[in-house]
Amino acid sequence: MSSAIRLPRRVLPGFGLTLGYTVLYLSVIVLIPMSTLLFKSFTLSWTQVRSTLSDPEVVAAFRLSFGASAVAAVLDAIFGLIIAWSLARYRFFGRRLMDAIIDVPFALPTAVAGIVLTNLFSENGLYGHVLLKYGIKIAYTPAGIVTALLFIGLPFVVRTVQPVIEDLERDVEEAAEGLGANRLQVLLRILLPSIFPSLLTGFALAFARGVGEYGSIVFISGNLPFKTEIVPFLIVSKLQQFQDPTAYAQATTIAVAMLAASLLILGLINFLQWWRTRSQ
Amino acid sequence: MITLQKPIPTVPQPMAKPRRQAGEIGIVGAILIAISVVFLALFIVVPVISVFYFAFQDGMRGYIAALQDSDAVAAIRLTLLVAAIAVPLNVFFGLVGAWAIGKFRFPGRGLLLSLIELPIAVSPVVAGLIYVMLLGIHGVFGSFIDRHNIQIIFATPGIVLATIFVTFPFALRVMVPLMEAMGDNEEQAAIVLGASGLKTFFRVTAPNIKWGILYGVVLTNARAMGEFGAVSVVSGHIAGVTNTIPLQVETYYQNYNDVGAFALSSLLTLLAIVTLVAKNIMEAG
Repeated sequence: MSSAIRLPRRVLPGFGLTLGYTVLYLSVIVLIPMSTLLFKSFTLSWTQVRSTLSDPEVVAAFRLSFGASAVAAVLDAIFGLIIAWSLARYRFFGRRLMDAIIDVPFALPTAVAGIVLTNLFSENGLYGHVLLKYGIKIAYTPAGIVTALLFIGLPFVVRTVQPVIEDLERDVEEAAEGLGANRLQVLLRILLPSIFPSLLTGFALAFARGVGEYGSIVFISGNLPFKTEIVPFLIVSKLQQFQDPTAYAQATTIAVAMLAASLLILGLINFLQWWRTRSQ
Repeated sequence: MITLQKPIPTVPQPMAKPRRQAGEIGIVGAILIAISVVFLALFIVVPVISVFYFAFQDGMRGYIAALQDSDAVAAIRLTLLVAAIAVPLNVFFGLVGAWAIGKFRFPGRGLLLSLIELPIAVSPVVAGLIYVMLLGIHGVFGSFIDRHNIQIIFATPGIVLATIFVTFPFALRVMVPLMEAMGDNEEQAAIVLGASGLKTFFRVTAPNIKWGILYGVVLTNARAMGEFGAVSVVSGHIAGVTNTIPLQVETYYQNYNDVGAFALSSLLTLLAIVTLVAKNIMEAG
């Protein structure tokens, strides 16, 4: 904690002014526009909402978005844990570089990631033609969506788990080993319980990001209704159906459902973080 | 002070197995590192190199010609314009907000931070839609906008607004921890010695967190120039008019102009690399 708590309050100037500006700018850019969506959703009729959300195409898109994000987040958790562990526990040649490139998916624009992964995984691409020999198709299948999300979500897991592993007390492990615990017991009884909350947070962050992801997926997925059409793409395509007067309301409905899901996951992540700080 | 307790003797290692030193790599370690290296090579290194490989597949001349295409030039110009508006606004907000949040404790501070981070949780597509709802023809202010013939959605102002929304928290998120870590002793000293608030900020605070400010600028800029989903919803997708770089990448790619798509992508990839270098500078200094 910073020393600001102990010192007499308001010695530094500008609290009212900076807080006022922060709240004002936040309201204009985020809160007022977002409440518009909420306000708009109240004008939708219940039957319309029901028919939109029970439309098989919409249901399929939600199932795909959440399913692919969950699969990708599980894979991210597995590989992210391995990478975070390697970075935190070992010193080896190229470690600094490896540490730096973890953030590439965070810094690289999603559209760029999307087209390059599509080229690599398409049937005549560098990876795609090898995988095709084994009968595996990635591009233009749900597996392509998982692949793109695996790329996008990786830094969320690594950057959440890595500091926790770095802070683990080596003494506890050594004490356990000294008391006769074997490696597996140390792993299951000491390491995993300490890492697990952060791993779960990383999983949730990757999952949340995946559900809303658009740019990296639209190129590799092919966007076939019922097969590879994700929710964000469905919203965009509804918005472009100018001739259909109800398409606009449908897009709003789907967006509100999606926003509600995002906020629910966000709440869960905040709870996880609270749980982590409490258990420490 | 006299310690009453005797120092606890270190526990002798009862196991015959010698303890491995920290950082020493065993068999398990070697396997884990190998998995990490292969995974990152396949999913990060090869894709980044491939961007340049595809961009230069017709040689240097093809690359330069692709970047000189009038639609590409227009996209670069629009992207620079959008970033020139969005980045200063959000970095200024980041500094102001980080002062309030990083230097003071007040009720609702946690809630305020959560609200500021909302745009990260919102799907970019939903972010774009929000502005269409607000400012489009069918939107809340639709009749007003229609009557006065103001074009916001499907035009540059809409793109700027959507970009501000999606890059809103980044600079602040970088600067709050730095402001907190710095404490406020130095600023207090400056104030007590009679410096004005602004002078204190520019002479004491800013030099202390200068790398953080730089990274805040670079990160916000990279995110602003690379935003796709939100901008895609509010842009009219007209090549040469309302296409930013990522949207023009999409247009080229869909028209099987790979060199054009990847040449523009290579610019954004360089920007991403600069961003990561800036991050490492900040963390080192």
